[in-house]
Amino acid sequence: MTSIIIRNGRVIDPRNERDELADVCIVDGRITESAPQNAEVIEAKGLIVAPGLIDMHVHLREPGFSHKETIESGARAAAAGGFTTIVCMPNTAPVPDNPGTIAWIKDRASAIACVNVLPTGAISKNLAGEELAPIGSLAQAGVVAITDDGHCIQNHEVMRRAVEYARMVALPVLDHCQDYNLVGNGVVHEGYCSTLLGLPGWPAAGEEAIVMRNILLAELCDHHIHCQHISTAGSVRFLREARARGVKISGEVCPHHIALTDDAIQNFDTNYKVNPPLRSQADVDALLEGIADGTLSILCSDHAPHADFEKEVEFDAAPFGIIGLETELGLFLDLLVHKHRTIDIARLIEMYTVEPARLLKIDVGTLSVGAQADVTLIDPELEWTVRVDQFRSTSRNSPFDGWKLKGRAVWTIVGGKTVWKL
Amino acid sequence: MTTRWTRKDLLGLRELTADEINFVLETTDAFKQIGTREIKKVPALRGKTLVNFFVEPSTRTRTSFELAAFRLSADVINISATTSSLTKGETLKDTARNLEALQADIIVLRHSSAGAPQFLANRLKASVINAGDGAHEHPTQALLDLYTIRERRGKIAGLHVAIIGDILFSRVARSNIFGLLKLGARVTLVGPSTLVPRDFEKLGAEISYKIEDVLPNADVVNLLRIQHERQRREYFPGLGEYIRLFGLTKQRAKLLKPDCLIMHPGPINRGVEIDSEVADGQQSVILDQVTNGLAVRMAVLYLCGGIAS
Repeated sequence: MTSIIIRNGRVIDPRNERDELADVCIVDGRITESAPQNAEVIEAKGLIVAPGLIDMHVHLREPGFSHKETIESGARAAAAGGFTTIVCMPNTAPVPDNPGTIAWIKDRASAIACVNVLPTGAISKNLAGEELAPIGSLAQAGVVAITDDGHCIQNHEVMRRAVEYARMVALPVLDHCQDYNLVGNGVVHEGYCSTLLGLPGWPAAGEEAIVMRNILLAELCDHHIHCQHISTAGSVRFLREARARGVKISGEVCPHHIALTDDAIQNFDTNYKVNPPLRSQADVDALLEGIADGTLSILCSDHAPHADFEKEVEFDAAPFGIIGLETELGLFLDLLVHKHRTIDIARLIEMYTVEPARLLKIDVGTLSVGAQADVTLIDPELEWTVRVDQFRSTSRNSPFDGWKLKGRAVWTIVGGKTVWKL
Repeated sequence: MTTRWTRKDLLGLRELTADEINFVLETTDAFKQIGTREIKKVPALRGKTLVNFFVEPSTRTRTSFELAAFRLSADVINISATTSSLTKGETLKDTARNLEALQADIIVLRHSSAGAPQFLANRLKASVINAGDGAHEHPTQALLDLYTIRERRGKIAGLHVAIIGDILFSRVARSNIFGLLKLGARVTLVGPSTLVPRDFEKLGAEISYKIEDVLPNADVVNLLRIQHERQRREYFPGLGEYIRLFGLTKQRAKLLKPDCLIMHPGPINRGVEIDSEVADGQQSVILDQVTNGLAVRMAVLYLCGGIAS
C-alpha cells in the first residue's frame, strides 16, 4: 500500500466547489479522506493542488509519424506540462477509423504512456469526409469522441448524418472548422500582413462559415458539436448567441491564438505557421472576451509536433502546427490570470478539468474521495523561461522559445504515482 | 550623400530606407554609363561566383542578371528548377548550402514561395538577391521602374503613379508600392476588386475601380500583366470583360496627360492590358525599363557583392 499526503496546499477542486487550504490524501492510487502515519509527505505550501489537468486536443503522431512524436514522448511532455489526461487526434497512419487501430493505441498507451491517453475516432473513413466511419464500433472500442481533426467534412449532409449517428452512441463530435473553398491555399490570416507579405490569405470567414454550419446542425440533430481551436471574433459571436439559446455547441481556445497575432509572421518563421492561423488583435481581444464570459469553455494546446527538417523549408511548403503541451499552462496562467486578468485561477482549472470531463463524459478532473488520484501541483507565481531544447516532446516547433512566463505546474501525479516534478 | 550600403542581401524594398533606395539609383547612373562604352565590361566582381538560382521560370530577369554579372566580370552559373536537385526531393536549404560549399558569393533567387530569399539569407554567408518571391517582392524590378521614372521625369516625389492590373498576386506591385511611397510618390491601384483588395489601402496606396477616373491625372501608368494562366476562374469573368473595364486601349490612352509615362514590367499581352499601338507609342518607356534593368542589377550586384566579401 502506497500513500501520499499533499500538505498545506490551496486545494482548488471546481467539481466540488472547493477552494481552501487543506491536505489531499492518496492511498493506492485513489483520493482518500485520510492517509496512514507513514505516508509520503509532499509539502505544498504556496502551491495550488488541482485535479489532474486534461488537454483534450493533442496530436501524438503515432501510429505512422513517430519521427515527430510518440505516445510515450507526448505523454512525458504532457506530464511536464501538468497534464494527467490527454485526448489524441485521429490524423495518424493508419487513421483510427476502425476498432483495431483504437485497440492498438489503447494498448500502446497503457504499456508506455505515463499519463492517461484517451483516443478519438475518425468521423469519416480515412478522414476523407465522404463515408461515415463505423462510429458505433469505435464507441464500443472506447473512443471518447469522434473528429476528423486536421480535416473538415465539407459536405453538410455527411456531417449532419455523422452528428445524428453520434447522438445514438452518445459521442460528442469535435470539429476543425475550415471551409476549403473559402480558405483555398491560404497559409496566414487574410488581412494586413497577408497583403504586405504576399502570402495566400486564410480569411476569418473560412472558419466562421463552418462554426455557423455546426450551430445549425447541433440544433437540427439536438446533439453536441464542439468547435476546435476557435480563432476569430465572428466565431466567438456566433457561439455566444447560440449558447445563450441553449444550442449544444461549445468552443475551445489554444494559447498561441491569444499570445500572438499575425504580426509575428513578418520574418517568415514557420514556427508561427499554424492552422487556423494567428489572427488580428481584434480577434485576440474577442477570444479573451469569450473566455471571460464563458463562451469559450475549454483550454487546450492543439499540440502539433513536426520535425525540424519538415519546418525548415519555404513558408508555403511548411506543415501547419505548434507544439504546446509544455508551454500552454504557463502561457494561460501568465496571460489569462496575471496579465489580462481575464479569469481567476479557479476558472482556469475548471476549463482544464470539469469542462472537458463533462463534454467527453469521462470520470477524471476531480479530487473527490474515491476518484483516481490524478493531481497537478501548480506554482502560480513561479517565473520561468521557456527553453525548447529542454522539452520532453520529440519536436521543437514552438515560437515561444525564450519567453518569460509566470506560473507553471511543478508536480504531476497520475493514479497516485509521481510522473514528473520540477 | 552620406548613406553607405551595408546590406549583403537585397530581399525587398520594404526594408530599405529612402536614402538606401536613392543610393542604389545613384550608383546605377555610373553603371548605365558603362553600357554606352565600346567595352561594356568592368572588373568589379572579377573572381566572384554568382549563381542564378531560378526555381520558377523566367527569361527576362534571369538574362538581365546574367548579363549584369558578365559585365561585372563575375563567373556565372545558372540553375533552374528542372536541373536542380529540388526535383529529387532536396530541400531549398540543402541545395543552397551545397552552392555555398562550392564557394558561391552571390545567389540570385527566383522562387514561387514568398519569403524564400529571406529564408536563404538567414542561413548563408553569401549575398542573396531576390529576383522575385511568390507574390511578395521583386525589388530589382521596382528599382528599375523607379530609375526609369527618375530618369524621364527628374524626380519621383510628388508624382502620381497608377499601377493597373492584377495587384493581389503581383510582387512587382508590392515592391513598387513600397518604393514609390518611400520616395514620396502618390500611388493609385486600379483593377478588378477581386485582384485589388481593400487591404492595400492599409499599405498607404489609394484604390480605384474606374480606370477613366485615374488616367487623366496620372504622371505614370504602370501596367501589370494579367496572369490568366495562374488565376482561378473566380477572380474575374474573363479577358473580354477585363479589356472592357481595365484595358489601356487606344481610346483610353487619349485621356492621359501628354507627358505621362507608360510602363510595363513585361511580358506584355498585346490587346489585353495594353493595345499594341499604345505599347509601341511615344509615351511608352517599356524598352528603356529593360535597358535600365541591366544597369540597376549591376549596381545591386556590385553593392551587395562588395558587402559579402
